[in-house]
Amino acid sequence: MNKTGVQEGLFRSMQAAGLVGIGVMAAVDEIIFHQVLSWHHFYDRSTTEIGLLSDGLLHAAELVAIVAGFFLLLDLKRSRSLDKDRAWAGFVLGLGGFQLFDGLIDHKVLRLHQIRYVDNLLPYDIAWNLVGIILLLLGLYLTKRAISKERKKPFC
Amino acid sequence: MQNHSDHYQQNFALLDWVPLLVVFAVALTYFAAVAILRKKNGNWNKWRAVSFLIGMLMLGAALLPSLMRWAHTDLKGHMVQHLLIGMYAPLFLVLGAPITLILVSLPVKAARGFTALLRSPISAFLSHPVTAFALNIGGMFALYLTPLYMAMHTKPYLHFLAHVHFLAAGYLFTWSMIGPDPAPKRPGHSVRVGVLFISIAAHAFLSKFMYAHLYPINSIHSSEEIREASKLMYYWGDLAELLLLIALFTLWYQKRSSNKLGLGLKTGIG
Repeated sequence: MNKTGVQEGLFRSMQAAGLVGIGVMAAVDEIIFHQVLSWHHFYDRSTTEIGLLSDGLLHAAELVAIVAGFFLLLDLKRSRSLDKDRAWAGFVLGLGGFQLFDGLIDHKVLRLHQIRYVDNLLPYDIAWNLVGIILLLLGLYLTKRAISKERKKPFC
Repeated sequence: MQNHSDHYQQNFALLDWVPLLVVFAVALTYFAAVAILRKKNGNWNKWRAVSFLIGMLMLGAALLPSLMRWAHTDLKGHMVQHLLIGMYAPLFLVLGAPITLILVSLPVKAARGFTALLRSPISAFLSHPVTAFALNIGGMFALYLTPLYMAMHTKPYLHFLAHVHFLAAGYLFTWSMIGPDPAPKRPGHSVRVGVLFISIAAHAFLSKFMYAHLYPINSIHSSEEIREASKLMYYWGDLAELLLLIALFTLWYQKRSSNKLGLGLKTGIG
């Protein structure tokens, strides 16, 4: 395999796993906070029915992301382009990226919904975004570690 | 509620077994065709036969008189019946590739006629994922959100038609997505994923809507029963569509491999 082929495989491994990570985090959010706790819907600026509709779309999207990402990983594995370290890094980046995107863009910029409709929202926001940041940092660390491992390996 | 069980008991017990007999007859025909094909030195993937059998067993279970009686009085039973008829049986039946079996079993002239029918614009339209989706989900919305539900309960022929519709629409939808039978005009992978995406969202929305607003309204069912039934609809319907999604991507995965091999060795293979 040539050098660009290897690099493509590394990037694709992160991409596919990242997709799974986004899907998984969206699923965790949807199942725990939308369904079990019923704290919010994805789109809360209209009627409850629209809120339910938006949740349906979110649910469908997370399922497609998880299945698509999973099969992309399988495809990479089959063509021997899958890098496990990069994949794990990508997965965690996907988890944290979704969390932080949701915490900042969805909640604060687009104001699609808030975590919970209470007076003192700040602790919730802080906790949510903190988790996102920690996961992102973990993902970045895993990426760095994967890269340094690659530097020590000879090219095939 | 009095005339509800009355009209049901008025039917001959024998008529209750007709749907099951039909299911049995169709299953028998399928396996007879497989046996004949094998005798002619033809091949038939045994897993397809197993899948078709499972689908028929599910259909049979859904049409058992005892389950029909449960479905008639309890919305939960109704949901179980419709999940089997409209989602789970079709999944296994479609994978059994009965249309392919018909094509290889028919005499050449008839097979050509049948193929021409399958290739016709009408057939392409009906079996398009979007059409199938509309028939499938549209049927559900119509049944649970309109007076159709209660009408179905009081008129046995409507009830029968509803079952037929659910089976046909469910089968058509599943086939449009993952049917192994030849489908030359079928849209590509992305279109099918897109339609399935909308279908998952619509199904999730409908079941939650029914839960929240206690649809079907003006029915004999208690609020508690409706909530339990809509939960069944949500979780088991979701699982069925997830299986469909996985099957869809499995086809993509298999096609990708044959594509790569067809183009010769590309970067990454071996």
